[in-house]
Amino acid sequence: MTDTAHAPTIVVNGDERELGGPASVLDLVAVTTGRDLRTDGTPADGGRMGIAVAVDGEVVRRGRWADFALADGHTVDIVTAVQGG
Amino acid sequence: MSWTIDGVDLNSRLVMGTGGASSLSILEDALLASGTELTTVAMRRFDAASRDSVFTLLQRLGIRILPNTAGCYTARDAVLTARLAREALETNWVKLEVIADEDTLLPDPVELFRAAEELVLDGFTVFAYTNDDPAMAKRLEDAGVAAVMPAGAPIGSGLGILNPHNIETIVSRAGVPIILDAGVGTASDAALAMELGCSAVLLASAVTRAHDATAMARAMALAVESGHLAAGAGRIPKRSLAQASSTFDGMVAAQ
Repeated sequence: MTDTAHAPTIVVNGDERELGGPASVLDLVAVTTGRDLRTDGTPADGGRMGIAVAVDGEVVRRGRWADFALADGHTVDIVTAVQGG
Repeated sequence: MSWTIDGVDLNSRLVMGTGGASSLSILEDALLASGTELTTVAMRRFDAASRDSVFTLLQRLGIRILPNTAGCYTARDAVLTARLAREALETNWVKLEVIADEDTLLPDPVELFRAAEELVLDGFTVFAYTNDDPAMAKRLEDAGVAAVMPAGAPIGSGLGILNPHNIETIVSRAGVPIILDAGVGTASDAALAMELGCSAVLLASAVTRAHDATAMARAMALAVESGHLAAGAGRIPKRSLAQASSTFDGMVAAQ
């Protein structure tokens, strides 16, 4: 088996995950947070998400989530605010 | 009585951190009792299992959020964390924290300075957590940070202000607000910070880990206000001997 034969795999918040098919950052954020999102990255139910995404160490702005296609080897971090000093 | 950062007027001079509270309801009561208008959060990976959303709480309370870069050891990580916070929380304010090691949690001056320069260039309003070093405070101000935040003592130590003279020196030479950050253990520490001329005090553990967080939050609010009033009131000079406040004229004397 060569490197190109395995299913496309990404790392999300430190865990490996296989991509079932074509997926965007928007799809991944919606699945991870369990919220429906508009194509501009804002929640369908209004309000604010308080979520940000970096792919391979670079921030992907909310407005670009829908157009950013995930690909094999991508490392994705989805972060939010937690209690802290 | 208000003070201003980046064109924003704040009435309370107490900046509360949200770290250390054992529950969101304890945190909420403490935040309300403190009267704070600015509070810090950390940025971490989203955890679907965690229902606790400090972001939702702070939105509901209408308290402005100051995201921090706690836990970062390098300028590179701190800059990425700041950019993620800006995107997630829609603010360009950041409490820049770049630590040297986990035992002291003291700032790494070299990485801190690099990160401060980069974030200022990138348009951030930087609140720089730094050692109580007057030279570094000046360098950070010259680099364009909005506020310098010297540590009174290591984070969470409750040791108070270990070098009041340095804090006073930093304040006396500053052109930006100085916020005493870290080390506060009890109300008198917060009052002292203000008496030394600080514009505000940032604390978390002293309140959130107190036996009665709400009572301590109120104590801190009063201490900060008290210390600020005292600082502006023109205290009497210290003397080596007593100076009577009652006149000696008209004294009666026993026969």
